[in-house]
Amino acid sequence: MDQESKSAQRAPGFSTLSVHAGAQPDPTTGARATPIYQTTSFVFDDVEHAAQLFGLQTFGNIYTRIGNPTCNVLEERVAALEGGTAALSVASGHAAQVNVFHLLMTPGDEFVAAKKLYGGSINQFNHSFKAFGWNVRWADPDDISSFEKAITPKTKLIFIESIANPGGIVTDIEAIAKIAQKANIPLVVDNTLATPYLCRPFEHGADIIVHSATKFLGGHGNSIGGVLVDGGKFNWAGDDRYPMISKPRPEYQGIVMAETFGNFAFAIAARTLTLRDLGAALSPFNAFLIITGIETLPLRMQKHCDNTLSVAKYLSGHQAVKWVSYAGLPNDPTHKLAQKYCPKGAGSVLTFGLKGGFEAGVKLVSDVQLFSHLANIGDTRSLIIHPASTTHRQLNDEQKVAAGAGPDVVRLSVGIEDVEDLIADLDQGLA
Amino acid sequence: MTHDSYDDAFIRGILDQVKSVAIVGASQGDDKPSMFVVKYLSERGYRVFPINPGRAGQLVAGVEAYARLADVPEPIDMVDVFRRADAVPQVLDEVLALSKLPKIFWMQLGVRNDEAAARAEAAGMTVIMNRCPKIEYGRLSREIGWVGVNTRTLSSKKPQRFGGGVQRLQLGPGLRKPR
Repeated sequence: MDQESKSAQRAPGFSTLSVHAGAQPDPTTGARATPIYQTTSFVFDDVEHAAQLFGLQTFGNIYTRIGNPTCNVLEERVAALEGGTAALSVASGHAAQVNVFHLLMTPGDEFVAAKKLYGGSINQFNHSFKAFGWNVRWADPDDISSFEKAITPKTKLIFIESIANPGGIVTDIEAIAKIAQKANIPLVVDNTLATPYLCRPFEHGADIIVHSATKFLGGHGNSIGGVLVDGGKFNWAGDDRYPMISKPRPEYQGIVMAETFGNFAFAIAARTLTLRDLGAALSPFNAFLIITGIETLPLRMQKHCDNTLSVAKYLSGHQAVKWVSYAGLPNDPTHKLAQKYCPKGAGSVLTFGLKGGFEAGVKLVSDVQLFSHLANIGDTRSLIIHPASTTHRQLNDEQKVAAGAGPDVVRLSVGIEDVEDLIADLDQGLA
Repeated sequence: MTHDSYDDAFIRGILDQVKSVAIVGASQGDDKPSMFVVKYLSERGYRVFPINPGRAGQLVAGVEAYARLADVPEPIDMVDVFRRADAVPQVLDEVLALSKLPKIFWMQLGVRNDEAAARAEAAGMTVIMNRCPKIEYGRLSREIGWVGVNTRTLSSKKPQRFGGGVQRLQLGPGLRKPR
């Protein structure tokens, strides 16, 4: 099947891309499934060939820290699903974030981040990034003007999550994108909880997308991985504030990434400058498992969303439950945003507060038999956790509440089991 | 002909039929994109002629350079312009003065001049703007997948290796056998 063999060029659908984008039968063997190129290195044809590869003059494989054919399939797959120009796979979602920031920030710079984020990102920004001299200014997605107010001449980017952890609320991407455009800085969106099946941030003005592929993309809780995706729209050329992409690079005889690689320069710089030097490469085996997971992404995500809405409704009506935070519920403050940005469903992560408070939460987490008590989201299996004592533990009480992870909060990541069984499990746990 | 986007079949057809390419604005420095294009295309079976008065008679990326388009000793199928948009009309004048008119007038990434395009088309040439032949070949052969770029193509056909030597793929199933 050749895409363009018919007269007008059709754009393939999302499910087709989920199965096929980036993949082709192996040229050597004809193997149909993506081979796992479990190799550290690749031979050169001759010295000239090696020189060209190292000089970025030709496309090819050198060393798995920099690139690997199995990982390449994952990269093109996610780029195609997001509608981006190129992508880079790395060891984890956190590594993807480090990689993006390393390209755009220098010591003393600032960035604006939504305060409703995964606890791990909040820690990364408050601690490790601070140690690099990359200084965060927090803004409130419930008050869009707070983003504009937080921008200073030192601000280099804005960072948000499309569907935010842990409360499953939706962020107004377009409104924040407008602020970023006005300040001429890129908008970075963590699209982990939504995946491109539910939301495609580039369509709403995002410039760069990051994923923890560990979660819904891989979907089976077996592989840690991350992906960053280049939206191809930000104008890096001639912008002194982003020298890794706009200035001659001494690492490559003075190449200017933005000039040589056009609208995928960010992704190439991410690979040839940052990944090369910081080293957070993805294992080819993990890439294979994540690729395989993505083939069923549309089916899984729809089932996740349908199940989660049922569970959210059940919890809303339960006498032991004080409140439920899930954008899929009609009375949720971000429900209208959910209808706009992720009409197929609001994802599979929600939080709720129990009338019995902290103790009732602890009891529930211990008593469930089908939900797994662990720190993860986006598995086929349903998961439960108490964020305040785990994922958001290192925040102070004020930060925890601001992030939607107060002491009474329980978070669910609803899986793809039969929903009646999930409700029965919660029911006996809440009794 | 709209130049905002081009069908993959259209670009693939051009890159498959073209045998000789003159690169105008082939810069001095070996770190410049035009040099990469010279090298990349010549390794994939194209006869490439870098046009650069400052390096006439010298080897540029392994291939002999010429001072002017008119100095190239063979018919040129395609002219690839690495100059700013406002310098394109002057290049087009030179192209139109050639004894054998090239079939393709191609302007590089970031270069777009609609007036020059219309003039070239009126003379019977096919025009491509704001594209790089290396990136397009890389995309359509899917070699560019080796650096994680979205080729925007799908195929269930086994890609054909393009002869021995440098890791290369053919432009598409059954196309461009090694020369």
